[in-house]
This record gives sequence, structure tokens and C-alpha cells, in this order.
Amino acid sequence: MQVEAYAGEEMVLNMGPQHPSTHGVLRLELETDGEIVRKVIPHIGYLHRCFEKHAENIDYPGVIPFCDRMDYIASMNNSLGYALAVEKLMGLEVNERVKTLRVLMAELNRVASHLLSIGTYAMDIGSFTPFLHCFREREKVLDLFEWLCGARLLYNYNWVGGVSHDIPEGFEAKTREFVTQFEPVIAELDKLLSYNKIFLERTADVGIISEEQALSHNVTGPNLRGSGIGWDLRKEEPYCGYETYDFEVPVGLGEHGPLGSCWDRYYVRVREMEQSLGLIRQALERLPEGDVHEHIPRRVRPAKSEVYDRTETPRGELGYYLVSDGGLIPFRVKVKSPCFTVLSLLPAIAKGGMVADIIAIIGSIDIVMGEIDR
Amino acid sequence: MEYLREVLTQQVAGYDQLPEVLQIFLPMLLACLLCLGLVALVPLVAIWGERKVSAHMQDRLGPMRVGGWHGWAQTIADGVKLLLKEDIIPAQADRLLFKLAPLVVFAGGFAAFVVLPFGERFIVSDLNIGVLYIAAISSLGVVGIIMAGWASNNKYALFGGMRAAAQIVSYEIPTVLAILTVVIPVGSLSMQEIVKAQSGGVFNWFIFEPVTFLAFWVVFLGTLAEVNRTPFDIPEAESELVAGYHTEYSGMRFAFFFLAEYANMFLVSALATTLFLGGWHGPGFLPGPVWFILKAVALVFVQMWLRWTLPRLRVDQLMHVSWKVLLPISFILVLAAGTLALWREGAP
Amino acid sequence: MKQASEILQTLQEQFPDQILKSSQECLQPFVVVAPAAVAEICAFLKNDPGLAFDTLMCLSGVDYKGSKTEPERLEVVYHLFSMRDRHKMVLKVELPREDAALPTVETVWAIANWHEREVYDMYGIHFDGHSDLRRILCPDDWVDYPLRKDYVQPQTYRGMPAAAEKQFAERAQEGEDLGTDPYRAG
Repeated sequence: MQVEAYAGEEMVLNMGPQHPSTHGVLRLELETDGEIVRKVIPHIGYLHRCFEKHAENIDYPGVIPFCDRMDYIASMNNSLGYALAVEKLMGLEVNERVKTLRVLMAELNRVASHLLSIGTYAMDIGSFTPFLHCFREREKVLDLFEWLCGARLLYNYNWVGGVSHDIPEGFEAKTREFVTQFEPVIAELDKLLSYNKIFLERTADVGIISEEQALSHNVTGPNLRGSGIGWDLRKEEPYCGYETYDFEVPVGLGEHGPLGSCWDRYYVRVREMEQSLGLIRQALERLPEGDVHEHIPRRVRPAKSEVYDRTETPRGELGYYLVSDGGLIPFRVKVKSPCFTVLSLLPAIAKGGMVADIIAIIGSIDIVMGEIDR
Repeated sequence: MEYLREVLTQQVAGYDQLPEVLQIFLPMLLACLLCLGLVALVPLVAIWGERKVSAHMQDRLGPMRVGGWHGWAQTIADGVKLLLKEDIIPAQADRLLFKLAPLVVFAGGFAAFVVLPFGERFIVSDLNIGVLYIAAISSLGVVGIIMAGWASNNKYALFGGMRAAAQIVSYEIPTVLAILTVVIPVGSLSMQEIVKAQSGGVFNWFIFEPVTFLAFWVVFLGTLAEVNRTPFDIPEAESELVAGYHTEYSGMRFAFFFLAEYANMFLVSALATTLFLGGWHGPGFLPGPVWFILKAVALVFVQMWLRWTLPRLRVDQLMHVSWKVLLPISFILVLAAGTLALWREGAP
Repeated sequence: MKQASEILQTLQEQFPDQILKSSQECLQPFVVVAPAAVAEICAFLKNDPGLAFDTLMCLSGVDYKGSKTEPERLEVVYHLFSMRDRHKMVLKVELPREDAALPTVETVWAIANWHEREVYDMYGIHFDGHSDLRRILCPDDWVDYPLRKDYVQPQTYRGMPAAAEKQFAERAQEGEDLGTDPYRAG
């Protein structure tokens, strides 16, 4: 052992890529002074599969399964964004039934995704039971998806110009049943976790993201709304007919501490699940007749053009930048991942906190490494 | 132990004729074996219990297969598995300390069982400083934990060890002070004396007296922290420190830490039972030892209940609870207990 | 909210020499600016009270080698958005494929730091003045820039095989015995 090794005051702690709370394969280099973290350096790329290179070598519909595998927690939303971007590139308009089904599935998936996020967040803070309660509910959504398209995680459901399967008989009733029984669970979650004294102590004063930081780092989705900015693409730039639905955009209020804290972000997700349930109800009520395969083109070949299209996934704004040179395969597909942008803010908000706070912050920004590394 | 010797003298023919050394030594050995059996058995049951308790709180079933009835043999199967696992010592570890640490942790918990008064005559040794002995010997565990954290040569383990040391030392103080509130009126540190002072009906238990009632909560919280249970489980906070001080341990060495944790849970519950819940006293339809174990198990259940309900505190919040909340309260309680004792003495 | 034509006009007045090209006929109107001026223009777009482009939605690189319709070049594309006024703008910078370099915009929008690292990682475009220009997704010692159209995947990385293994069908066609499988029967 060398004496020099002990000369410094700070210890470098390597958190991840194998660590229970880095939500995948994130690696953080922490410079710690006792329990205080002086500096955080995130290292990403452990899950890098070069999605963008794949996409440049396969035809337009073939990219969809790859999209599913980016944010594997919210595959429906990921492929939806891509399908919409390609449709915009082609000038394709889908029928009402497809639009409604897309909304329905996107919102169901949003509920499932937020359940996972909330559950794992509870576990990060040290509470194990809410995690399993959330997973119990998430399982029901996954069962619905399995019934719908045969897959539980990677659905390949949103196709260019339509969706892969129409809903099976009885699906609506089952979904209604889920919505009805799920609503009280949110109240239960509030009692068990959200307003728990220890949980508030751990999260309500930690990881503050200011409005300015959020804009400069292009933080989006629930993380942005947690900082008090009521920005939701479903309202501001509606797609799939979201403008015709009645829903609210929950924002952080800073009830239990400074605005933009971990708790605010967490609670925005809880409230968003309620709104999603409302959207699911409305979508089920209006579900028009139609053929979901009606507008699926035989050959996807957009004219030479380019488009940047963004949609609101459970994690924020997912942007696709597509460049077409008029061929059968995309010339360039760039993905702007919402987790990527919010993770870039981590060094700034985690500095000066404690080791335990790092965990609380990572959990609250709800990242999926598959999407960051692509 | 006296009871054991009496039984042996009366029941075993020719015991009187044995050499005197053996006459003294045999009951000691027997008592040790009984204690060891208990220390091994309690965790087995407690671990299975915890699994079932947590499972039912979480809408699961828990172990259902091994052994038939509700998976009762699951822990035994796991124990056998851990025994058969490869024994891994990290290359850079301090080998001697690494091997010694689980034994020290386990020994601390084990040795404390000696003074637990299971019944009127069921106590290995009724030391006249029993309470002090428990407080002292159970602190041996923290030495083992620091050893484990240091010897593993792993930063997470080191973090866990440091946290454990800080936490256990901090919580020891309010706990012992709160225990004093019981010792003052009894006037003895002997466990049996304390139990006997609570005889004569449920309402003579110390938990039903105002000062000691508050002391009970201080002791309960303090001991909860000393055995590293949620919400005070920061030394092994899995989401932060992977597994804390036992990150690098596997196989039987890990099992020792695990067993020690559950043995300690039972130990502190038994201590609280002795001090505040009347020990082995209880309605006559059940024998004393049964009452004692029932009460202790009830407290163990509360510990599990808390674990599966609450999130975990942060290090600074944990210290805040100890130094700024529990410590002042326990000082006030000691003062109150002393004043009360003086006033009672002075009263005609 | 401002129309693309208005934004373009403001830009042209402010930077008459730096605007090289612009188009409003396509799906999303864009402006091509001179590489050296990009930081200045971005700072203006963000700070001008009438424009207030407070967010950088996306920063991408594109390699036009092998395109059937476009001349060979590298491009860096900035998708800007004003959350205050809700208007959008696409800024493009055209660069040669060799020794591509342009000033960084990380001081304008903090997120550009990571986006530029990614473009550097994938295309080898150098951002002058960047505070921390390292590879972000690939390992530090990775050779070449994967998203360039003429990228050749290395066979090994630090002695580990890096190229994709042959697919089952391919191996079967080469006559390899794969046990009982559908390819064997034919």
C-alpha cells in the first residue's frame, strides 16, 4: 500500500455499471469526501448498440422493432414517435380508429412505465413494498398488451400507417375493468409512500432543478413539469388527436419543499397516471369503427425530404430526426432521447449532496439506459 | 444453570459421584449447547417468518414449496446451499480479519443470550450486572462490522462499516440511558430482579408507567437502529451501498452475518420484553418461557412490519434523530426517573 | 409565434454575410450558415428578445457521402425551439468531410455539451472551444467514427471479436454442420 494513496482527502467511488440503483448500466464516478459528494462524472455508453447505424441499413418499417428496444419500458410510445415521423415524411394520414388505438396504447403504456418508475423509486429510497404493489398493477397492463399483440415488453405495434393488430374481442371491457380497479390503488400509494414522513424527508429537499437549468439542458417531460413548467406536447403540439381529449397537465407545486425537487418530479408522475386513466376511458368510449390496416402502404418510400418530429413519451420529448434521400431505407435517423438530456444535468444537481441523495436523484429523473445509449 | 444442575443431580443417577470438575463443567456445556441451539433456531424461524410476513404484505405468497407446509424448510435449504457454496475471499482482502469478522459479529449476539431470563428458573446465568453485560457484549458486533468493512478492501464495504460504527455508537447512548430509567426504580442490574419487580399483574409492567413508557419507545427505536433494521438500515442500504459491509461475503461467512442479524433482532426484542413487558410474567394458563418468547416474537414482528412499510433515512437524518431527538429525551427521562424514585423514597 | 420567413428576415438583416442558403419550401424551413459564425448566430437567436430560442431540441450530425441527391459533405443540424414564443427553426452547417471543425455552442445551451460530444464521437467533427470533447458512447480508445458512411467495423477490439458473428443461415449455406435444424434438411 502506498502512502500517497491516502494523501488526498477525497475518495473516488465508482458507482456502476453494476449497481442496484443506477437503473441499468450507468456508471458514475463520484468524488466523495466522507458521505458528501464533491463531484459526479457520468459515463454512459455501456448499452450502446448504435441504433442509428442499424436504422441506416434497414427499410423504414424495419426500424420499428429497434425503436421498441430503446426505451424498453415504454415501447409503445417509442414506436409511435417513429411511425408518426415517417408518416409526416410521407404525408400519410391515418384513420380515426388507428389514432384512437394509438392514444389508448400510448396511455396504457404510460401508466405501466410510470408504475415502474414509481416502484423502483420507492425501492431506491429503501421501501420495498410499494415496488411490488406497483409491479402487481403493471403486470395487468402487460397482460393486456400480451393479449393485444402477443408481446409483453417489445410490441412492434405502431406500424407506419396503422397498427399491427386490431384489439381482440373483450379487450375494451378488460381495460375498463383495469382502470376501475386501478384508481383506488393510486390513493393507496399516496398513503403508503407519497406522504410518508421519511420519504418526504429524503426527497422533498433534494435534487432541485431550477427552471433556468431545465430549459438550458432541455429537460422535458415529468422532470420539466416537476420544476413547475406546464409543458406537455400532447397539449402544445397535439398529435393523434390529443387535442380532442379532455385532460390536465399536472405540474410540481413545491408543496413540501423547494420547487423542482425529487418529490415534485415523483408526484407529477403519480398525478399523470390519473390523467392517463381519464384518457384511456375517453379513448375507449369513442373508439370508432375502421380498418387498422387501411392506410398501411405497400412500400414505404418517402420523397427526398427531412423532418424532426417529437412526441411526449413517459420520460419526456422523444425526437426523431429523419432524413430521406428518396430511397427505401432512411438516410439518417437521429434520436433525441429525453433521458440523455436530463442525465447531462446530473453533475450540476448532484454536487454537494450525499451519496444517498445521488440515488434519490437518479431515481427521480427516471432514466432508461437503453434510450440514452441507443 | 442452577436449575440445570438440580435437574441433573436429581434425574441422572450417579451424577453426584462424578468428579467435581465435571459436575461444574457439564451443566455449563449443556447450557452453552442450549444457547447455541436457540441462536441457530431463532434465525431459522425468524427468516422464514420475515419472508412470509413480507410476502403477505406485498400480495405474494413467499416460499411455498420446500418442506411442504408453506415452505417451512426454505431457510434450512438456503442454509445448506450457503454451506455448499464456494468460499470466496477477495484477493486484496485482509485475510485474517476477513475470516474473523463474521465470527466476531456472531459471537457478540450469541454471548448475550446467556443472561436472557426465559423463565423464573430458565436463565443460564443471572449476572448481577446483566443489563450492563448485554449492552457491552452486544456492542462487540460493531467491531466485527468494522472489521468486515475494512478487511473486504471494497469501498462500499468500507462505507457500510463506517456508517455502522457511527450509527451503533450513536444509538447506544440514548438506549442505555433509557434503560437506566428501569434500573433506577428496581435498584438492580440483574435481569431477573428487573422481571421480578414487574410481578403482580399486567399493570405492574414498566410499559404502563409514564416515564418508562416513553423510555420503552426510546429503547425500541435505539435497538432498531443498533440491529440495522429499516428505517435505520443505512449500513447495508442495498440501493446505495450494494450490500454495505458484507458486500464481499458469500457462502457460510455471509450466512453468519445473516444469522447474527436475526439473532440480534430477537435479542433486542427479548431485552425490551425483560425491561418493559414483564419478562416471563403472564396469565397462568401458559408457562413463563412461552410468554417470554411470545412477547419477544411480537416485537420482532413489529420490527418486520416497519421494515416492509418504511423507506430508509439518510445518514445525517439518522444522526439527527439520535443526537437531537432521542438523546435529550433520554436525559430528561433519566432525570424524571431519578426524581420519581427519590420522591417515592421520601414519601411516607 | 413568428413565421419562418420573419425569423429568416431578422437573421439576414443581422448576419448578411453568414447566411449561405435557406429554404422554405420543404417540410421544415432551414437556414444554412457559415461554420465559423454558428456560435455567434446561436447566441443571437437565444438572446434576441424577439426570437428567444431558449431550447436546443436536437443537435445532429449527418454524413452525405453516398447520397444520391446531395453533394458529399458533413452537416451539423441544430433544431431550435422557443418555449416562450413557440416557434421553431432549423439551422444547418455544412462542413467538408476532412478536418471538419466548427465552434461550440455549449455556452449558449448547456445541453449542447453532450450533443456535441455525441456528434464528435460518431462523426469526428471537432467542436472548437468545447470544454470536454471526449467520446461519449463509444469507448475512449475506439478507432474511427461509426456513423460515417464509409465506416468499416473493426474485426477486434482489444483482442475481443467485435464484428457480428455469422448468422445461422449463412453458416448453414457454407456447409457447416449445425446439428438438427431446418437449414440442414435442404
